Amino acid sequence: MLSVFLKRLIQSALILFGVAAITFVLLYALPADPARMLAGRSATAQTVANIRHELGLDQPLLVQFMHYIGGLVQGDLGRSYAQKTEVITLIAARLPATLTLMAAGILIEVVIGVTLGTLAALNRGKFIDRAVMTTAFVGVSAPQFVVALLLLYVFAATLGWFPMSGYGTLSHVVLPAATLGILGAGWYARMVRSAVVDVLNQDYVRTARAKGLSQRRIILRHVLPNAVLPIIAMIGIDIGQFMGGVVVVEAVYGWPGIGQLAWQAIQQVDIPIIMGVTLTSALAIIIGNLVADFLAPVIDPRIRSN
Amino acid sequence: MSDTKSRPATVLSVRDLSIDARTPSGLKRILDGISFDLAAGETLCLAGESGSGKSVTSLAIMGLLPKASLRVASGEIRLGDTDLLRLSEKAMRQVRGGDVAMIFQEPMTSLNPVMTVGTQLMEAIREHQDAANAEDVAKHMLDAVHITDPARRMTQYPHELSGGMRQRVMIAMALSCRPKVLIADEPTTALDVTVQAQILKLMRELKQEFGTSIVMITHDMGVVAEMADRVVIMQNGKTVEQGDVMDIFHRPSVTYTRELLAAVPRLGTYAGTDEPPRISSAPIRPPFPKPVLEVSDLTVTYGGKSGWFGRGAEVPPTVKGISFRLEAGQTLGLVGESGSGKSTTGKAVLGLIPFKGTVRIDGQDIAGLSARAMQPIRRTAQMIFQDPYASLDPRMSVGAAIAEPLVIHKIGNASERRDRVAALLKRVGLTPDAAERYPHEFSGGQRQRICIARALALEPKLIIADESVAALDVSVRARVLDLMLELQEQMGLAYLFISHDMAVIEKMAHSVAVMRGGELVEMGTRRQVFEEQRNEYTRKLIGAVPIPDPEVYRRVAAG
Repeated sequence: MLSVFLKRLIQSALILFGVAAITFVLLYALPADPARMLAGRSATAQTVANIRHELGLDQPLLVQFMHYIGGLVQGDLGRSYAQKTEVITLIAARLPATLTLMAAGILIEVVIGVTLGTLAALNRGKFIDRAVMTTAFVGVSAPQFVVALLLLYVFAATLGWFPMSGYGTLSHVVLPAATLGILGAGWYARMVRSAVVDVLNQDYVRTARAKGLSQRRIILRHVLPNAVLPIIAMIGIDIGQFMGGVVVVEAVYGWPGIGQLAWQAIQQVDIPIIMGVTLTSALAIIIGNLVADFLAPVIDPRIRSN
Repeated sequence: MSDTKSRPATVLSVRDLSIDARTPSGLKRILDGISFDLAAGETLCLAGESGSGKSVTSLAIMGLLPKASLRVASGEIRLGDTDLLRLSEKAMRQVRGGDVAMIFQEPMTSLNPVMTVGTQLMEAIREHQDAANAEDVAKHMLDAVHITDPARRMTQYPHELSGGMRQRVMIAMALSCRPKVLIADEPTTALDVTVQAQILKLMRELKQEFGTSIVMITHDMGVVAEMADRVVIMQNGKTVEQGDVMDIFHRPSVTYTRELLAAVPRLGTYAGTDEPPRISSAPIRPPFPKPVLEVSDLTVTYGGKSGWFGRGAEVPPTVKGISFRLEAGQTLGLVGESGSGKSTTGKAVLGLIPFKGTVRIDGQDIAGLSARAMQPIRRTAQMIFQDPYASLDPRMSVGAAIAEPLVIHKIGNASERRDRVAALLKRVGLTPDAAERYPHEFSGGQRQRICIARALALEPKLIIADESVAALDVSVRARVLDLMLELQEQMGLAYLFISHDMAVIEKMAHSVAVMRGGELVEMGTRRQVFEEQRNEYTRKLIGAVPIPDPEVYRRVAAG
């Protein structure tokens, strides 16, 4: 068990290294020049060259990369070009907001997805099934900014139930989290539906019926625990999806998380921040998958004994 | 007839039960006016081949018919004074698991894999009786089905138990609420023969102890002979005949019953012979000096290779250094219980899995051959699998399936292949027009004939038959076995015939190898293995086979 954990840790480090290398090369291949952006439109060529030298951007790519990795292993993500602050400090300040948003989003997608998927499976071929599957299809297909604007129009502008934007209270979380969760809920509803349909046909469900158990107990105790097993692994992968959505959602709702930080950094070609946010996202995905992997045996005794 | 004698009170009475299946072309009657009575303390066997309606009957009694596809057309199912078909779902839940309990065919999948055995047992108890002492009752029940260390078993999960143990747990669960009627649907079909013997014995004991009446559903006339007081023979949704077990076996009044009993393989039928029964009048070929298959020191280990996470743990080999040889026109029966390594041996012999040791097919060593080098050898050796439903591509016509090996080996042009397919179909007893049709249009027995035709397409010398008749009904099974014997006589085929069924092996084999735990415990001629019974394990295997004769069984059981 411990050795498996160690191997996973080494694997994770390698993945992070790979992500860093690819992002680094991609960013430096960009036609935009961060030194010119910092210097401003009217700066002389000499000023730009000075800034470039100051940032170390005049060195060969490999040297810059080694320098970056050297810092990275010591936990140093470099300094923001524009804000002149340590990147790690900037990210640390904004991470809690993003984590709150993601946790709320995952909660919403799992609750809605599992409920609707189960309902659809239990009413297979009937109206409820078709209604749920159509809704799920729309949820999966709708772009996030459209969902965000729709939610804002209905629940903030028209009904006034939730604030338009901002951060701080529970009611601020609802709309951005719902925007994130609705897409996932559609996926989950479809997956849970097929998983539940599959489990309903299993012999042990027939055994449960033969014992005279109530439908409620059969669903809650026998069907769902088995049906959610494949879903657990999904949540780990899901965090990657979320990270992409977070940038859009935070921008629309003015949510002060790392998505917004990334959005500003992209506009300013603030490469250290973009690197930092990318690596943080990669780390989040790795941790999500690790948690899912180590959660699976807790829930499924068959995996435990292997 | 026993019906004229005074009988104990009737517990369960099924009257004129008819059930319809909803099909795209309207309702189709699949159960047609079934009637029978179950007396207190009696074991009634519903016996018949697939499609006879015996399982549907049992599900109807439990009120577990899938409503979307089946519906009760008419009839009554009386438990005492209540007609179960007229009960509300809520009232029926009280009956289910309470007055009427059921155990199923598949012990491996009939328990919830993520719930402990104890929880599943107690769940049934709490549903129907005083919840306070559920744990004590559960432990007592595990003890009653002879499961050792009940307290520890309660905390285990189903996958930690063997198939036989799981079926014991199912029986404990079913009997925990002391039902008046226990329905057992093929309860031992998925189990090894020695485990089957233990479970059947347990059911007989518990019937006495708990005073439960049993409705047992089985296709196995040996099980019927050992278990039944009375028998209902079913065919195509109708009752063909019913009566006392002795009458059914010794004085069957209906032709179908006689045919069914005649088709039942009886161990010892071929005693005193040195080779399988002759089907054709083809001359027997003189023994050829060079064996078709020569296996020496074959060892197979699963999962011992290094994986994604480095070296896996050391795994004991599944097959441990076995050796045998097989000549043209001969059959070696490879017999053993599940996990004995017999199927693994069959796969290794064809080079389908990695192995250590030597395997010579028609004189050529196949160890370490590449897929390309292996291809010409695959013409010599072919395989027929257990499940004729799963081993034919449903979207490929029968003709295309049989011609496929010819296409792969680039033999003949399109019209020559068509002629070959037609000839092969005739050879296995089907008409050439079958080539245009698709697998779903054929019965299980016909599909297995198609699989045999496909295996014969390349004119092999050796055929590995892995449980090739296990999924077939007895009457169909007998005909497929005869076909295989006939083909052997005419074509000089060598068979490596893998089976768990001693009676089938006795019919088919010239010589027999008995496997246990990856080793050959005994190998010899059919006479040596079946009649001399020199090996203790072989004796145990043979002794566990149900005797399809109630009189002989009772004599043996009485000592």
